[in-house]
Amino acid sequence: MPDKGLGQLGDGLLFSAVVVYALAMLGYAAEQATVGARRRVTSVRAASQVLVGSGGSVEVPAETVTTVAPSRAGRAAFVLTCGGWLVHLSSIVMRGFAAHRVPWGNMYEFSSAVAFVAVTAFLGMVVRGRIERGLGAFVMLPVVLYLGLASSLLYTAAGPLVPALNSYWIKIHVAAAILASGSFLLSGVVALLYLLRQRYDRIGRAARFPVTLGAQLPSAAALDRMSYAVIAFAFPVWTFAVIAGAIWAESAWGRYWGWDPKETWSFITWVLYAGYLHARATAGWKGRKAAWVAVAAAVALVIDYYVVNIFVVGLHSYA
Amino acid sequence: MTEQLDEATRLTTQPKPVEQPRRGDLLGPLRLGWRQLTSMRTALLLLFLLALAAVPGGFLPQRKINPIRVADYIRSHGALGRFMDRLQLFDVFASAWFSAIYLLLFVSLVGCLFPRTRLHLRALRARPPKVPKTLKRLPVSDTWTVQGPADAVIDDARSALRGWRVERRGNELSAERGYLRETGNLVFHVSMVVLLVGIALNSFYGFKGTVLVIEGRGFSNTLSQFDNTQPAKRFSPSSLVPFTVHLDRFNATYAPDGKALTFDAEVTWSKENGTPAPYDLRVNHPLVVGTAKTYLLGHGYAPHVVFRDVDGKVIDDRPVACLPQDPQFLSTCVIKEAATKGQQFGFRGVFTPTTVTDATNRVGSSYPGLRRPALTLVAWTGDLGIDGGTPQSIYALDTTAMKAVDNGAAKALQPGETWVLPGGASLTYVDTAQWANLQVTQDPSRLVMLVAAIGIVGGLLLSLFVRRRRVWVRAGTGQDGTTTVEVGGLARTDPDRFATEFAALVQDMRSARA
Repeated sequence: MPDKGLGQLGDGLLFSAVVVYALAMLGYAAEQATVGARRRVTSVRAASQVLVGSGGSVEVPAETVTTVAPSRAGRAAFVLTCGGWLVHLSSIVMRGFAAHRVPWGNMYEFSSAVAFVAVTAFLGMVVRGRIERGLGAFVMLPVVLYLGLASSLLYTAAGPLVPALNSYWIKIHVAAAILASGSFLLSGVVALLYLLRQRYDRIGRAARFPVTLGAQLPSAAALDRMSYAVIAFAFPVWTFAVIAGAIWAESAWGRYWGWDPKETWSFITWVLYAGYLHARATAGWKGRKAAWVAVAAAVALVIDYYVVNIFVVGLHSYA
Repeated sequence: MTEQLDEATRLTTQPKPVEQPRRGDLLGPLRLGWRQLTSMRTALLLLFLLALAAVPGGFLPQRKINPIRVADYIRSHGALGRFMDRLQLFDVFASAWFSAIYLLLFVSLVGCLFPRTRLHLRALRARPPKVPKTLKRLPVSDTWTVQGPADAVIDDARSALRGWRVERRGNELSAERGYLRETGNLVFHVSMVVLLVGIALNSFYGFKGTVLVIEGRGFSNTLSQFDNTQPAKRFSPSSLVPFTVHLDRFNATYAPDGKALTFDAEVTWSKENGTPAPYDLRVNHPLVVGTAKTYLLGHGYAPHVVFRDVDGKVIDDRPVACLPQDPQFLSTCVIKEAATKGQQFGFRGVFTPTTVTDATNRVGSSYPGLRRPALTLVAWTGDLGIDGGTPQSIYALDTTAMKAVDNGAAKALQPGETWVLPGGASLTYVDTAQWANLQVTQDPSRLVMLVAAIGIVGGLLLSLFVRRRRVWVRAGTGQDGTTTVEVGGLARTDPDRFATEFAALVQDMRSARA
């Protein structure tokens, strides 16, 4: 039987994680707001001849480097994100102990795990230098909203699984789906930021809020690369999740594919991300159009989880 | 850019853009059409169309999954519903338009796969392309001078490029790696075609049958034993794997709030002339006999009744399967007794495992487990209508030629109770058995599907994570005896990572002569 005390502890930890994430979001926002003031040209060097080895010389061109001085708010925000991440992790672990099973057995737990993956992917990419810390405000805002909505609307106390879910496939299929979804949602946010930045680049000074936010974003090319990197990681994971789901469906329901609404929307999501990967390699589709495809695919993913579970009758109605 | 650089830097086997046909070429329009169809842009368009076409299937009820909801939907939407039905919006995945899109997509895919495979096979055998004239124009390049002969420098470069496919032409080196990227890409797309072949195989030779089995009974895997069968177009009944399954016991456990915790069917199965073996059949745990898989799909209650005629002779003694209608297993039951002298009896009513009655005396069930079982029936006498020879559902009672007993008053029976009917016949509710709904599936495509699935995931990983890249080295010794080394590199994907890799390579080459 589920352990009520541990379950409540897990819920409390999740609430704390949301609060810490919200504080981190404010920190990132403060950092973004003062970017202009901290931007400076840090080194100017005249063209010069530099001797190489014996006799040879190489011309070094004049160089100016613009850097943005790190802000204390930004650093604090990053530390807070890491702290929130730890609290979030422990809340998920507590859920698992409370329910004596994997902590992704219903929509509430699933949402928490998806947000956790998105934050993990963001932190991982910041540490590896593949994404800029400055994007934190834009990542934490949807994470906080998402977790807030999930814990108020979808709350379910820790409890056992329905028999159909009681299989080792829940570890494989659902874990892969969570990993892919968290990453896809992150890529969706980055693709939106790309579109913002791109619009800012096109209309420049005539821009009004929210396009003006584009000024503080990394270059459009960098955002495009970030979004692609995340999708390139998540797409095979999603493919695997869908295949694992089909194998599970075959052992539970006697058919691997039956166009159940959830299966249909997973298929639509898959096709759209496949479309994104093709679009990025097709002349005339690179850039803005590809980014819109990434956004559409993320919307299909959200429909797959929330609209299908809540409004459409199907076999996946339990989670 | 020079012609040579252009060819060398084409790091992809993607087809070139569509060209206009020559005048007077009769096959021209056809050829153009084919090229259009197999172009990347068309494939992309078809992918988006496929996603779009699947959307109504994700929102509207589908006939194949839930025909009753489709009928309700059409009824409640009147003319619009009928129009939508004509557009095949309730059979999206079997519709003409959906099929057209995916068939065109696969034709486009196959048409694209052939030339790409040919090009890739050629690339696999080919030597890395010649060094471009100007290495400085490449995305990454470096140059330095060293003391020593050019061919020694090239030797050093060669050893720095371990793991690369290297071609030396005099004092020039061309190196390339990451061929597996395109291999993976082709494997992925071929596997998609294999997947479609698997689906086709199943829809031609597959079989699906369902049968309701009450505790203490069984079935054998032959066509006549199923309540409902879905054989594919080319399926032959002789390919059914011969075996029998006997349901010994069915168990279900529920949480205090009525949520199901576990179900399992304890069965004994045996092959033709084989020794019987027990098996615990559960959801997620099907019984596999050869290519046939038996699944537990559903369950319900079967109250055991005994029917006696006026003389007290037992006419009928059997469990009657009742069909569950709600999560608390309120189930509808029909009992037909035709073998009595003169008049026939029909009973219709509900079985409730945990019986409750509300203020208006309506019977309901408050829990799915057997706590206070009751069988509440209305009796009818007259003609059951089964002598005419028209087949009838055992779950429906046709009362057009019958008269209700006691003016249709319902009688609630608890286990062990007997209802003596006017005239002397009687019905006894003895105890309660359970039934399981089993499905047997024979799918000849399983192995094909598994191969396709492995190819899809494996190919995808290779095509997304292997990076194809080229490095060129040129060394020339000047009149003063120093050698100038030029290095250039090109990668289509992940330029940042390649820049790091390139810098490390240059470091390796330079340190050899430091």
